[in-house]
Amino acid sequence: MAYLDHAATTPMLPEAIAAMTAQLAVTGNASSLHAAGRRARRTVEESRETLADALGARPSEVVLTSGGTEADNLAVKGLYWARRDADPRRTRVLASPVEHHAVLDAVDWLAQHEGATVEYLPVDAYGRVHPDALREALVRDPDDVALVTVMWANNEIGTIMPVRELAEVAREFDVPMHADAVQAFGQLEVDFARSGLAAMTVSAHKIGGPFGVGALLLGRDQTPVPVLHGGGQERHVRSGTLDVPAVAAFAVAGRHAAKGREDFAREVGSLRDELAAAVLKAVPDALLGGDPAPGGRLPANAHFTFPGCEGDSLLLLLDAQGIECSTGSACTAGIAQPSHVLLATGTDPELARGTLRFSLGHTSTGQDVRKLARAIGPAVERARTAGLS
Amino acid sequence: MTQTSQRPLRVLAAMSGGVDSAVAAARAVEAGHDVTGVHLALSANPQSFRTGARGCCTIEDSRDARRAADVIGIPFYVWDLAERFREDVVDDFVAEYEAGRTPNPCLRCNEKIKFAALLDKALALGFDAVCTGHYATVVLKDDGTRELHRASDMAKDQSYVLGVLDEKQLAHAMFPLGDTLTTKDEIRAEAERRDLAVAKKPDSHDICFIADGDTQGFLAGRLGGPAEGDILDESGAKVGTHEGAFGFTIGQRKGLRIGHPAPDGKPRYVLDISPVNNTVTVGPAEALDVTALTAIRPRWCGTPPAGPGTYTAQLRAHGGETEVTAELTDGTLSVTFTEPVRGVAPGQAVVLYDGTRVVGSATIATTVRKEKAAAPR
Repeated sequence: MAYLDHAATTPMLPEAIAAMTAQLAVTGNASSLHAAGRRARRTVEESRETLADALGARPSEVVLTSGGTEADNLAVKGLYWARRDADPRRTRVLASPVEHHAVLDAVDWLAQHEGATVEYLPVDAYGRVHPDALREALVRDPDDVALVTVMWANNEIGTIMPVRELAEVAREFDVPMHADAVQAFGQLEVDFARSGLAAMTVSAHKIGGPFGVGALLLGRDQTPVPVLHGGGQERHVRSGTLDVPAVAAFAVAGRHAAKGREDFAREVGSLRDELAAAVLKAVPDALLGGDPAPGGRLPANAHFTFPGCEGDSLLLLLDAQGIECSTGSACTAGIAQPSHVLLATGTDPELARGTLRFSLGHTSTGQDVRKLARAIGPAVERARTAGLS
Repeated sequence: MTQTSQRPLRVLAAMSGGVDSAVAAARAVEAGHDVTGVHLALSANPQSFRTGARGCCTIEDSRDARRAADVIGIPFYVWDLAERFREDVVDDFVAEYEAGRTPNPCLRCNEKIKFAALLDKALALGFDAVCTGHYATVVLKDDGTRELHRASDMAKDQSYVLGVLDEKQLAHAMFPLGDTLTTKDEIRAEAERRDLAVAKKPDSHDICFIADGDTQGFLAGRLGGPAEGDILDESGAKVGTHEGAFGFTIGQRKGLRIGHPAPDGKPRYVLDISPVNNTVTVGPAEALDVTALTAIRPRWCGTPPAGPGTYTAQLRAHGGETEVTAELTDGTLSVTFTEPVRGVAPGQAVVLYDGTRVVGSATIATTVRKEKAAAPR
């Protein structure tokens, strides 16, 4: 078995499993006042401090959520509502067109139901938003912009955005900027304070933590309108009883991701280069996606387009040989759609159907790469025979 | 004798989300084959929620199929064949109705989608066969050729909608439900035993792309709304009005809404549909008696018959058998009934059988009525 889909989810770290299972046996609601509650709260707050430390933030800036999707929704909708409530002119949302659906669909919902005007920022052939493009959009009318949202690194093609420069531009105009850093955390230096962002999304299960927990890093001056109302936990921004075992495990994974980042990025990067070279050798006309420049893309990501192939066919053929990867595109009832990321970068829609994303992680080995290297050539040949039906 | 007893094959199981195809896939696995499940997305806009009527294009069906595949323990994919389906089945369905004929979209889907588009892709990807939950039997002869036969359980038999398959298609078809005497209850019990959640799912009877079951409404939407026209009797006298000739089927009795009774007081049936004049002709049951028909686009399962022959024929899904003589001349099949039959609709298929063996099928083009045959006196 060669698991090459770590960007979808990566195996939990043994230390995180240990932390989580230990907490599962402990009773206590972190909001309760008695001893059991205090014990749970202590675990949560220590975890929050650990995560803050790992992400260059203050503990009070860590708003725990049920995962990346919730954090994205809270940032996008919550900041939009708060900014519009403060000044009804602010209805323009500036977003990159290559965002994850958790942002893209939230933004689209605001346009459909909350009177937002969404402006998609132009991207280059690698899917990157340039600070000048953001400046141009803001200068046009700085007073009607509710927020800016641009992901830190793209989940499909791995392109890294100039987040700090973008946040600087947004700050110049006093507009809050959110970044989805789900894919960046653990692979890039993600420092919330230095980023200049108003809000930032991270998720546990992409860094060796459990499913169902994530966080929105939220500047202390930001008061988004809640999406979830209730008991007033998490700065009254995100109500709901905290999942203590998951939070404890998230903290372990977060500390590991920050501490081990440089070594991990170097090792996984060289394995990725090996993988890319092997695939291009086996299939010379395959197109390596994303930014080829050093530091231009996530070290664990390799994205390919195979002309004349259906990505789905390749997936099936590789899966049958125990190689697990993804087409990288979104699914509706499992039906492959051409990736919005590739379409935004100007890729021909027909070409965009033949993509595969390989993403490496902490359990990846040279053996995984060699297994793929042997299988990819014949698989592409066969998928081409099946064609684009 | 059937393929399931052959060497292990790489099999692509078409899984609709219903109980039959799920059990078929499970049986293929049990027979030792290497099975992969695939759900065909046939509608460009799959409905999000289950509505009253059953359909095979909903997101929920795709989930049911995925769930079944997971329980069986096979890989599962959704393939988008919506464009091909629209061109080859839906548009054809509408055009046939528009021309006053009564098409069978399931048969067309088997011919053009399941055992053409899907099979071609499956073969290209290295699969040996496509497996479905149809009730029919493939028999492998000693000379290596294959025959399609009725299912062991005649009450469940679906060989009629598979009659369009030629020998090449049959060579790659697998119907694991065809050769067992099983009632639907037993299939459901088997699904339950296999922990398949679809065991209790209701059967689908409707046309899958008309989820609400309102064929008339669907056709009206596609063919430009209701267009009022005349209902005539056999003499050409107007006896009522209708809201679009395309909505009627030959032999139909209900929904004519003719105010006053026929002179003889007997019920009247649709005899003819003329979309060109937008008229519907009605008459007594006897006038429906057909003594012969011609059919076009014949498809043979094996060698086409050389001269005239005696067969049994089936004229619609779930229809009975009737004795005929048939002969092929210049690509047109002429069929003569031993006894007159009723309710024969152009556009439907006539499937010829030799015993339980499917000989071939063709699309009914014209019919010869008993009354008209007797007319020149």
